[in-house]
Amino acid sequence: MDKLKFAVYWAASCGGCDVAILDINEKILDVAQVADIVLWPIALDFKYKDVEALPDASVDVCLFNGAVRNSEQEHMARLLRAKSKVMVAFGSCACFGGIPSLANVSTRERIFQRVYQDTLSTTNPDTVFPQTTCPVPEGELELPEFYDTVRSLEQVIPVEYFVPGCPPPVDLICTALDAIATGQLPPVGSTIASEKILCDECERERSEEKTVRQFKRPWQIIPDREKCFLEQGIICAGPGTRGGCGARCMKANMPCRGCFGPPLGVRDQGAKLLAAMASLVDSEDPTEIAEIVGQIKDPLGTFYRFGLANSVLGRVKP
Amino acid sequence: MSKKETIRTVIIDPITRLEGHGKIDIFLNDAGDVENAYFQVPELRGFEEFCRGRPVEELPRITPRICGVCPGAHHMASSKAVDAVFHVEPPPAAKKLRELFYCAHMIHSHIAHFYALAAPDFVLGPQADPAERNILGVVAKVGLEIGGEVIKHRAYAQDIQAMIGGKATHPVCGLPGGMSKPIDEDERKQIQEMAESTVEFAKFSLQLFNDVVLKNKEYVDIILGNIYTMQSYYMGLVDGNNKVNFYEGDIRVVDPEGKEFAKFKPADYLDHISEHVEPWTYLKFPYLKSIGWKGFVEGRDSGVFRVAPLARLNVADGMATPLAQEAYEAMYSTLGGKPVHATLVNHWARLVELMYAAERLLELSKDSEITSPEVRTIPTATPDEGVGVVEAPRGTLFHHYKTDPEGMVTDLNLIVATGNNHAAICMSIKKAAQGLIKQGKVSEGLLNMVEMAFRAYDPCLGCATHALPGQMPLVVQIRDKDGLPLQRIER
Repeated sequence: MDKLKFAVYWAASCGGCDVAILDINEKILDVAQVADIVLWPIALDFKYKDVEALPDASVDVCLFNGAVRNSEQEHMARLLRAKSKVMVAFGSCACFGGIPSLANVSTRERIFQRVYQDTLSTTNPDTVFPQTTCPVPEGELELPEFYDTVRSLEQVIPVEYFVPGCPPPVDLICTALDAIATGQLPPVGSTIASEKILCDECERERSEEKTVRQFKRPWQIIPDREKCFLEQGIICAGPGTRGGCGARCMKANMPCRGCFGPPLGVRDQGAKLLAAMASLVDSEDPTEIAEIVGQIKDPLGTFYRFGLANSVLGRVKP
Repeated sequence: MSKKETIRTVIIDPITRLEGHGKIDIFLNDAGDVENAYFQVPELRGFEEFCRGRPVEELPRITPRICGVCPGAHHMASSKAVDAVFHVEPPPAAKKLRELFYCAHMIHSHIAHFYALAAPDFVLGPQADPAERNILGVVAKVGLEIGGEVIKHRAYAQDIQAMIGGKATHPVCGLPGGMSKPIDEDERKQIQEMAESTVEFAKFSLQLFNDVVLKNKEYVDIILGNIYTMQSYYMGLVDGNNKVNFYEGDIRVVDPEGKEFAKFKPADYLDHISEHVEPWTYLKFPYLKSIGWKGFVEGRDSGVFRVAPLARLNVADGMATPLAQEAYEAMYSTLGGKPVHATLVNHWARLVELMYAAERLLELSKDSEITSPEVRTIPTATPDEGVGVVEAPRGTLFHHYKTDPEGMVTDLNLIVATGNNHAAICMSIKKAAQGLIKQGKVSEGLLNMVEMAFRAYDPCLGCATHALPGQMPLVVQIRDKDGLPLQRIER
């Protein structure tokens, strides 16, 4: 049997997904047994021309991490889609937009103004901003176009599978790689993670009673390490988040922020979380419930931390 | 024919093994010599804008996504900044636990960089066949057993970070006033064992550098040669005794002669650093404010400064642990004193720092207070403004937040390690290109030596590369004035 052909690519991301692949340590050698990696910019040789020269659908699987933030990333997403039989959105940014898509609260113009003009250490008397084409004394230099709106991968090209997480945990990466290597792929559209909510795998004790009279911020109390965060009044995204992460943050005594995205069947993670918060409030009075939930600071940045691009909102109107 | 019409371009694009990609454009003049070189960073994400309006205690969980290769550095700078915003002092055990975590972070990064990125150039040689000039080639030459040791000790460093921070990449443990949880005695013992092993591994690494690099005159000549040398200011954190410190201290700046030029509290950074904007790159150019931005020029009249391992050693009076101090003294006595301006010496400095990080990790793992359950102080003051600074593996990292009285972020400023080196990287590339490309002659080996100029800085653009077999792929197009290719070189 011919070896499989793999491609790994990164777009608007931090490199943490690539490091997560490296963190499978010696297992990377098993991957090399069954697959040739034809593209992996962070670690291996990479030439645009080589990718362009490949026949369509000649790459078996492409693991694509990062959101789509600029013209070069969109170009590469489309190119790799054409060359790949199976496209995997790898990590929270590719799956849902991730933290980079929090930029959808703003616009290109305001981001440039902030970064290149208003930031405290910037000195820019001539209001110089980066340009897509820039004449220099010796010729011309080009930069990719920075878009107004950050998109998830699926908003740009069709995607077959999703591996969530910021970054995806090693066991899920191995599960995905095994499925690919053995050809035992799940139905198209599947997410390689749990189908249940995170609370179902969290080991913290829950009373299943409405207990919240006031939401607290993480710095305000030292939470009990055995008890449900929500029952201690600390916002935790568990009830609106897919499981499969191993509850790594909760074990470090910090609440979930939702990097695995919405659970199966939930379209909008933030709406689901808002409803979940309301259901915890120790009151039967709708006005009082609304008042207590209304005390939550920054619901947008909290409940859509990893998924503003994919949310029903998509972005904040400029 | 005017000069402009005859200029040809060498484009090194895309540079892989760079976080967020990168691109080098080298312009040749009529004679085929290098006229100018540009190092572009073609990516921006805008954290300074979209972190506004967030609860400030969430920033230690948001800002590490700036870089998934040094998330520990952003997490710690951010944790220190939120302490300052809330005017809260973490308990002693929390500070020690943070520093312990941070030593592990440094170890992971320095091991990965040295063995996967730097070693191929020296163990195999800068002009070696590109097919062999990678970590696999290194392992083939030095032995499989050593490859296993490299993977093992990098994995130790990742395990320690995950033990404390929940995840090695994007840890969650830091919050205003301390840490989310203590470590227990079992964990402490495991850390101590891993630290003991890492000290031995650091000794081995310094010995390897000595045997493979320093005993080879050809390599020493390359390292100390003019094309890789640049006179500049240096910046880094020092402790109360002016020894290198990664987690806290004052910021010290030395001039190109090695004399103290400035020493200041991190909170006062705006009095000393400013940033310049160019239209051809998305990354800004920090410079020393009292001197000013004078363009891409060397020397004491230019505000360009450098950060990262060699800079840290150049600004300090020594190392705070015995074996690292020994290695520090050996380095400077071999090279004829301080400061050292040879950019490639960063690789040696990185190993001296690996030794310090390992020794300090071991010290902290044996500290009687390290398992104390007292790791949080609940803030009581009204939040307003704070600065957090650490030495990231690649240099000084600044986080500065302002909030409203509710602790919601109103303003945010970030100066990242590689940003500090951006001007110097551009200049080092240009100088190397000028020294190596003559009369239009560009060979693969020469291009690798151009890349070595920026690889020494370990630009965070490329941090993650460090753990896998890989080589810098290059496509070089030399074009005439009509854009038609005259020569194409690739590997």
